[in-house]
This record gives sequence, C-alpha cells and structure tokens, in this order.
Amino acid sequence: MVAGFAPSDALAAPRGRAEAEPVAARTVRKPGSEVRVDGIVKTFSGDGPAALEGVSLAIAPGELLALLGPSGSGKTTLLRVIAGLEIPDAGRVFFGATDTTDVPVQRRGVGFVFQHYALFRHLTVFENIAYGLRSRERSRRPGEAEIRRRVGQLLDLVQLPTLASRYPGQLSGGQRQRVALARALAVEPSVLLLDEPFGALDAQVRKDLRRWLREIHRETGQTTVFVTHDQDEALELADRIAILNRGRIEQVGAPHEVQDDPASRFVMSFVGETARVAADIAGGQVWVDGRAALRAREDWPEGPVDLCLRPWHLTVGGDEAALLGTVREWRRTARGTVAEILLDGSDSPVEVKVTDVHRKGDRVALQASEARVFPRG
Amino acid sequence: MSSPAMSSPSLPAAPHAALTEPKGVRVLLIATAIGFLALFLLLPLAVVFAEALSKGLGNYLATFAEPDAQAAIRLTLLVALISVPLNVVFGIAASWAIAKFDFRGRNLLITLIDLPFSVSPVVAGLIYVLIFGSQGVLGPFLQRHGIEIIFAVPGIVLATVFVTFPFVARELIPLMQDQGTTDEEAALTLGASPWRVFLTVTLPNIKWALLYGVLLCNARAMGEFGAVSVVSGRIRGLTNTMPLHVEILYNEYNYVAAFGIASLLALLALVTLAGKTFLEWRHADALAGRGAH
Ligand SMILES: Nc1ncnc2c1ncn2[C@@H]1O[C@H](COP(=O)(O)OP(=O)(O)OP(=O)(O)O)[C@@H](O)[C@H]1O
Ligand SMILES: [Mg+2]
Repeated sequence: MVAGFAPSDALAAPRGRAEAEPVAARTVRKPGSEVRVDGIVKTFSGDGPAALEGVSLAIAPGELLALLGPSGSGKTTLLRVIAGLEIPDAGRVFFGATDTTDVPVQRRGVGFVFQHYALFRHLTVFENIAYGLRSRERSRRPGEAEIRRRVGQLLDLVQLPTLASRYPGQLSGGQRQRVALARALAVEPSVLLLDEPFGALDAQVRKDLRRWLREIHRETGQTTVFVTHDQDEALELADRIAILNRGRIEQVGAPHEVQDDPASRFVMSFVGETARVAADIAGGQVWVDGRAALRAREDWPEGPVDLCLRPWHLTVGGDEAALLGTVREWRRTARGTVAEILLDGSDSPVEVKVTDVHRKGDRVALQASEARVFPRG
Repeated sequence: MSSPAMSSPSLPAAPHAALTEPKGVRVLLIATAIGFLALFLLLPLAVVFAEALSKGLGNYLATFAEPDAQAAIRLTLLVALISVPLNVVFGIAASWAIAKFDFRGRNLLITLIDLPFSVSPVVAGLIYVLIFGSQGVLGPFLQRHGIEIIFAVPGIVLATVFVTFPFVARELIPLMQDQGTTDEEAALTLGASPWRVFLTVTLPNIKWALLYGVLLCNARAMGEFGAVSVVSGRIRGLTNTMPLHVEILYNEYNYVAAFGIASLLALLALVTLAGKTFLEWRHADALAGRGAH
C-alpha cells in the first residue's frame, strides 16, 4: 500500500448521501443501456483453446453484474470484447437494440477501468479526468468553464476534491483507482466496465472501495460489469453474478442463487466452502466406502456421484446412516469451538462447529441437513 | 576475481565485503581506465583544438570564412536536417509496429533495424552506388530522366539515413514494449481519435527517449564518413560534407583548416555528450523504461 492513504478517507469524507444524490444526478446520471452478448467466440493463438467458447449473456439496464471465475477463465477477454478492445471471432454484442459489434471503441460510449489504473502519468488528476471531455469532436466539446465544473463535480463524487493538481505518481493506489473511475465516468458512459478494480489494493482499502463503488453505482445508475476473482467481492457487491470457467458461462444468478443453488459442481466448489465426497447412489441410499451414509433424494441420479456439502450444513452426532470422518484438529475460537474434520471419501478437510471436546484422531459421525450431488465422470 | 588474500581478515570490514576489492586493485583499475580515456579520448580532443589554434585565433576563424568550408558546413546541416526527421518518422513507426502489434515478420524487422550497425558503412555506400550509380541497376533509368543520386546530395542523404536508422528505433522499442498498450486503450475508450491518442498519450510517454535518440542520430548524421565518402564523389563546394572536407584539407597539408573544421565536429560531440548526460540525469527512469510511478 502506498503511504499517505488512510483507508478511512475513502468513506469518511464529510459529505452525506443526501448531498451526494443531487450532485450525481446532475453530472452523470444517465439511463444505462442493456448489454447483450450472443455466442461470443474468441481465440488468441491458432491452435490453443479458445479464451471464450460461445458466451451469451444479457445484462439488464442499470444492473451491477460481477464476472467471477478463476484465473485464465476469460473474464478480462469478455470485458474487452464488450468494450470493443478485442474483436470476437464470432458472436455479436448489443447495447440496447443496436448491434455494436463493429462499432469502434471510441464510439461505443463505454467507461473502462483498468486493473492497473492506466492513468496518464504526464497529466494532472484534473487533466486525466478532463481527457474524455477534451477528446470530443468540436461540436460536442464543452467549454473550459463547463469542463472545470464537471471535473470538479466528479472529484467531489470520488471524494478527492483537493487532489486536482497532483500527478498520478503522487497518489496512493486507492486514490489512483478512484481517479481512474472518475475519468471513466466523465464521458457519461452508458456502460461501465471494471477489470478487477481493486485487485492491486490491500484488504482494508478493498473493502472500503467496494462499499463506495456500490454507492456510486446507486447514484449514477450505469449498467456496470466488474471482473473479480474474489467471491466475497462478487457476493457482496453484485446484483447478479456470472460465473465463468474455461471460456464458458457456468451459471448466471443472484448471489443467493449461485450460492444456494449452484448449477454445476464447479460453481458449487468455486462459490462458498465445499466438502466433496466421492459416493455412489443405489437403492435410494448414498454409499460412501461401502456404507450407507445418507438417504438419497428422489431426483438424484443413480451411479457414481460427487456428494457436495457446505460445512455449515454439517453437525456432529447421530450414528444411523451418517457420514464418517476423522478429527484432524480441534480448537476454541471467539465464536465457539470448531473441529477440522477429514470426511471419508474426501481429500480436503472442512471446519465444522462442534459442542463437545474432541481429540486429534477421534472418529466422528456427521449428519448433513442439506447436500447436492453431481454425477462423476 | 576472488583470491584467498582478498578475503583475509586483516582487511577492514566493509559494508559490502563481497563487492569491495582491496585498495591496490581498485586504484589499479581506476588508473587504467582513466589512462585509457586520457590517451585515446582526451588527448586527441586536446590535440584537435591545439592544432586548430596553433596559428592563432585569426587563422582559426579565417578557416570558416572560406567558401568551400562554408559549403561543407551548409551541406552537413542540410543532410542532418533531412535525415534526422526522416529517421524520427521511420523510428517511431517501426518501434510502434514492433512494440504494440504482434505480426508475422516482426523478428525479421527487428533484425533488419540492426543491420546498419553490423554492416560496414563503406559497404552500405557501395550498395547505393550499385543501385543508383551510372553502371547500377537503376542507373540508366535515372539518367534518362535526369535524376542524379550518386555524387549528389540525394545519395549523401540516402547513405546517412541508412547508417543512422537504428538510433531512434533502438531507443524507443524497449521503452514502448515496456509501457504496453493500456494507456492508449484507456484513451481510446475515452473517445480520443487515434491521432489524438498518439499526440497526447504515446508521444509524451516516449518524448525523453525520443530526444535522446534524436541527439545520437544527429551526431552520427553530421559525423558520418565511410558511407558518405563512397557516394559523394567529393566535389568541393558541392558534395563535400564536413568530415570529407577535413580529410581533403588534411591531405593537402592544410592542418590549421583541417583541424579547424574538425574542432567543430569535436564541439558537436561535446554538446551531444552534455545533452545526453543531462537527459540521463533528469529522466533516468523514463529512459530505462520504467514509469514515473
Ligand atoms: N493477448 C493475448 N494473447 C494470447 N492469449 C491471451 C491473450 N489474452 C488472454 N489470453 C488467453 O486467454 C485466456 C483468458 O484470458 P483472460 O485474460 O481473459 O483471463 P482472466 O479470466 O481475465 O484471468 P485473470 O483472472 O488471471 O486476469 C487465457 O488462457 C489467456 O492465456
Ligand atoms: Mg484478467
């Protein structure tokens, strides 16, 4: 973290929401447009796997959507395709009713915030933010006084009113990121795209900026897509989450949907902690290591499956038709006692809340109040 | 360079013991370096000025009043004035292409840019004679249309452009590669036209390296001898550049005039050196390809 930036100054500016609302409404409020991508394919090297393998996605006007996925899953590529910085091999991009696939970046009206800010280092904060306004063709270019007014309002919005004459090199990481956002908002984009906007910042600053971005979004109402590989960030911020894996969308849904009703084993294990147990389903029972461990739900398929469990759905106790596990560790925490248990048929331990005292090596039976299965293979 | 004697405990403990040579070795190395510099660089420089001024300031200044000398100076300035801007354009275009795009033949282009460094300037000059000379490939065609290239100013400019081609490009390529394309992309998303992106983002990002390249390119353009001497034909007052004029005067035993012109070239070298040092001192970060963050 760069010195000189106290995390609190992200939010603690002496400006209430009541005052913020009209400022934003006057400067940048503009109805966001719907964004739709349809069958996007993008390959970088001729023979390698495609970075995007037919991605279709519709983002509602004014929605805040998170693109979540592991490294290399194609999040940045999809965002760049929407922006027009990357040309897809196949598929179309629509903003509202207009097909923008062949519209060059300059005329798409998107705001793009880069992971490493990409501020112009030879320009002051003021000039960075004014860049987009000054770049307009003469007939649409605002006058100097108007530019001054707009940049001033944006500096207020991102809570950096005193830093207008600094150079990017003299700002902290969090401040740079906010300047980058102000610069993107200055052109009144109908779509705002952010590529891991807080990726390079430390945990506390991330948290502050996250809440702050949520507020800005409420004020400006732009259709916003932001890339992250931090599930907490996605769950906390987004209206909906699109989960990307190897160039495909695995699921799109509200945070509680992807968490509670994951569409695939990948989503289940990527969003939220998961214990995975190799099991077989036969005769209405789930079998682990030859023991009946759980009654199978009627809609579960017969045959070899992965049984996926959330740690918070597990309780220790009972012995009839239970999962078995070995206690690896047991400790007291501020919120009670937890045991680290390695379930039979699983290869990584889970932390389960317990009430009794346990010793390392104890064998325990566990009941699962909820579980999901995905066919193995 | 490590021997048991050097790490002997009798030596005073230094903060970076592994990098500290014994005093004797250090003195010897520094003395050798300075001796070499004095013998091969400073002494000749002093001799140039001493010879030029040996018959007094009046004779020295009279050298520059001579029409042929003035013609040589004018031609040299003209050649630099044409070839340096050409190289700036070529250099920026080539390094832009190499640093910001991935295309077939990129490596070939990088190799070609370095070619003038590896080819003897005389050979470079001869190539132009073979192409544009009266016996050359294009000779008859050019003669029919009354276009003179060899033994004329165009040939001198061509040869100079050839030998100076790498200077600008080689300064810019590593810097541009390091800076990547994100700044340009950011400007594009903000609605800037490509030309505006170039003027307001790319150019400011490379300006110090560019200036540095121009300085070196200019020094070479004014000082080039080999390639130019092949194509110029050394027509006094017409196709003689300063370096060629120095040689002619010297061969005529006109030492004061020869060294007088040479002193101008030496002065140019000193100015270049000073400018280079200043740029390195002020903008070491940008020149080394690091951002000013
Ligand atoms: N310019 C490029 N040239 C070649 N391959 C690329 C390029 N950009 C991306 N790729 C490849 O495309 C795939 C998707 O990359 P992308 O940058 O979209 O991933 P990501 O999800 O953003 O990952 P991360 O979280 O690490 O940023 C990767 O396999 C990557 O190697
Ligand atoms: Mg990425």
